[in-house]
Amino acid sequence: MITKRIIPCLDVRNGRVVKGTNFQGLQDVSSPVELGEFYSRNGADELVFYDITASAEGRRLFTNVLKEVASQIFIPLTVGGGINTLEDFDRVLKCGADKVSVNSGAIRDPGLVAAAARVYGDQCVVLSVDVKRVDGQFRVFAKGGREDTGMEAIAWIRKCVRSGAGEVVLNSIDTDGVRGGFDLPMLEAVSNAVDVPVIASGGAGCEADFVRLFQTLPKVDAGLAASIFHFGQVQIPHLKQTLKDNGILVRL
Amino acid sequence: MVGIVDYGVGNLFSLASSIRAVGQEAFVSHDPRLLSQADRLILPGVGAFQDAAEKLRASGLDSFVCAQAAAGKPLLGICLGMQLLFQESQEYGCHKGLGLIPGQVVSMEGRIPPELKIPHMGWNRLEVRRGRLLKAVDGEYVYFVHSYYAQGCGDSLAAVADYGIPITAAVEQGNVFGCQFHPEKSGQVGLSILKTFCEC
Repeated sequence: MITKRIIPCLDVRNGRVVKGTNFQGLQDVSSPVELGEFYSRNGADELVFYDITASAEGRRLFTNVLKEVASQIFIPLTVGGGINTLEDFDRVLKCGADKVSVNSGAIRDPGLVAAAARVYGDQCVVLSVDVKRVDGQFRVFAKGGREDTGMEAIAWIRKCVRSGAGEVVLNSIDTDGVRGGFDLPMLEAVSNAVDVPVIASGGAGCEADFVRLFQTLPKVDAGLAASIFHFGQVQIPHLKQTLKDNGILVRL
Repeated sequence: MVGIVDYGVGNLFSLASSIRAVGQEAFVSHDPRLLSQADRLILPGVGAFQDAAEKLRASGLDSFVCAQAAAGKPLLGICLGMQLLFQESQEYGCHKGLGLIPGQVVSMEGRIPPELKIPHMGWNRLEVRRGRLLKAVDGEYVYFVHSYYAQGCGDSLAAVADYGIPITAAVEQGNVFGCQFHPEKSGQVGLSILKTFCEC
């Protein structure tokens, strides 16, 4: 059967990984290639590269880095950040991305998900969504979580999946950065609403948070995190052994 | 020297990189004259069966690939490229494949337990039945993304993966090999499979 996936997310600005790391044995902890190789050798099931560059020059650097990553890392690569048009899909897929994650771009252009799914297939289109509770409602936020769109999250996610999003990354703004665990009620609502894979993001602080995630919500397919992996609080090989010891199917 | 058959579907960049990563030369081409000089061929593929089969036929590469396989050149089909090796596919109608391996490609819908998601996407474990290509990787995890699968492969069946039912993961018949999963996305295990192919 399919295993649960553990996915580190790397934020890249001007071709370098943002956020420090404390890995031993790495020459350059902000090299996306070196860090990506480290993770792929150490149990990551997939990598997400997120381009947080604003400038055209930074975007060009990101594209070059992506090519290098894709020529040296042989696990699935998802790329997000600044994906607003079909040309953006084309640009990152040509560099070797396997899946493309779209967030604000799908909000700005409601036809983008459907158009991309038609050209590249559902499995290639990942809907990433930032959600926060407002007035007792799950609300979709845009622009990196700064802007309330007023849209109800479950309806939005359902609509995008109907349009062809093959996977959903649910990032809870309410739990993000708190390290008190994933947002289980929000994840439950979303995983009950759609039948494509749901990836939990936001809030993981320790191994037990992943165990609780997969034990409480067997429908959730993957757990994504950034800083706890980058700073070494959670080591992926150890995490996967812990998951296995708790009866959760993982690739060791 | 591995020739990767380019018939206009998908990006072949990481596939070529993965062959180079196991110390072999690789090139991507749609030109039969160049491809015929390769020691072995890879038939890749993503997307829909009909579209891919038509592109392969329109480029004339279908008869080229069959002739090369018949002449004994090792051929590896990957994902949709594996499905193209079969006699036919029932993906949106009934479409002819290359007919190098007996069997047909059918939808998972209605055949796997309803609680399982389609596509079959992620890391699943190989149960190796026979053959040269996968003999060293029984029980290892590899990466799958597909919604259709091959059945009725008879003695060509080389490996399955459990997805409620045994899903054909690999086939092998003489010098013709097929992997439903993506060896170029399956980490060290995948690279070792590609290395074995280069030595077959």
